[in-house]
Amino acid sequence: MANKISINVNGKMHTGAIEARKLLSDYLREDLSLTGTHIGCDTSSCGACTIHLDGKAVKSCTILAVQADGCSVTTVEGLATNGELHPIQEGFKEEHGLQCGFCTPGMMMTATDLLKSNPNPSEQEIRDALEGNFCRCTGYHNIVKSIQYAAKKMA
Amino acid sequence: MIPTSFDYKKANSVEEALSMLGDDTQILGGGHSLIPALKLRLNSPGTLVDISKISSIKEISDGGDSIAIGGGATHASIANDKSLDQYCPMMGQAAREIGDIQVRNVGTIGGSIAHADPAADWPAILLAADARIVVQNKNGSREIAADQFFKGFFETALEEGEIITAIHIPKSQKNSNSCYVKFKQPASRFAIVGVAAAVEMDGSVVKSARLGLTGVGEFAYRATAIENALTGKPLNETTINEVVQNATENTNVMSDHFASEKYRAHLANVYLKRALRKLG
Repeated sequence: MANKISINVNGKMHTGAIEARKLLSDYLREDLSLTGTHIGCDTSSCGACTIHLDGKAVKSCTILAVQADGCSVTTVEGLATNGELHPIQEGFKEEHGLQCGFCTPGMMMTATDLLKSNPNPSEQEIRDALEGNFCRCTGYHNIVKSIQYAAKKMA
Repeated sequence: MIPTSFDYKKANSVEEALSMLGDDTQILGGGHSLIPALKLRLNSPGTLVDISKISSIKEISDGGDSIAIGGGATHASIANDKSLDQYCPMMGQAAREIGDIQVRNVGTIGGSIAHADPAADWPAILLAADARIVVQNKNGSREIAADQFFKGFFETALEEGEIITAIHIPKSQKNSNSCYVKFKQPASRFAIVGVAAAVEMDGSVVKSARLGLTGVGEFAYRATAIENALTGKPLNETTINEVVQNATENTNVMSDHFASEKYRAHLANVYLKRALRKLG
């Protein structure tokens, strides 16, 4: 049975009819072609699929798209404004925060949620906040520096 | 991974949700236990009834002699609740160690205890806290003591057609002196062994204690023999070493590739001692 949904994604309304079993991560990637949201483990461990749902970082592989009906979603594609990089994106670029880049969108979405509630986090607070985001290149050191760069820039 | 097909109904109130429940339906709370199970096709209900949008069961409020936590309250909202930190610190300590930030933002306490994973944190804490679980069905509501709620491996006292609407945490002397410690599986952060301890003191002597363990057996349980042995004794290193032995007696200790039966049983004693040392 198709379910009608209406979701605001990165400031744009999307309406459609979808199967109830469609995951939010698949909806974003397949139906909206927003492939910045990555699917890594697909078991809510790795954090590559992290997006903001009504402003909070969540794992989109463990939420049904129908559950996001009436909600507002931000993906990594929604970070930049008018072609200008978000400070977190600039931070990852300046501090070499990515190697293969697979975990990067999820890292940035978790980091931007952290910086909203804690604009000046300590190194430990950043590392704690990233507990649900895995970098299999193990590039955590520069990821932390990238987030510190963004915090400074946004202060 | 894609679940099997199902119908989806969104409920705007508990009453509406109850009217939607029937044969082959399953309740969807935060979905952080259920959706992984659906994706692995361990579970394939015909219809999901989504209760995650019902705002009346998300609140945490002061109920006089207890704190009332809505069944739909997320782990994150429990982690950030100041009154729980005051009246029952083990609640926030446990909430802050569940999964990760993203999981805590969505997963709910009601969903977790209804699922009753043997390695979940909440069952141990609700047992130690002497919590009361309020469930609603078509005929009204009933309260279940935590001691009667957890029945077995993924098994609870919940009946078909019932929704967990609230969990009441008594504002007791015991709960105000409580803590939760766990040895966690590093990827999932589920408890390999988790110990919740609530101890009421009379001066330096233990007046009464409640000790909940999770991750160890097929379901969470209380170490009642150790609770009784502690009573009337000073809470010091000598007592702790003397009393905390065989924390797994009468329990069928689990074994998996993370921890053997022998190692788990050993950890149960080690973490019980650590919890009591924090309260002494």
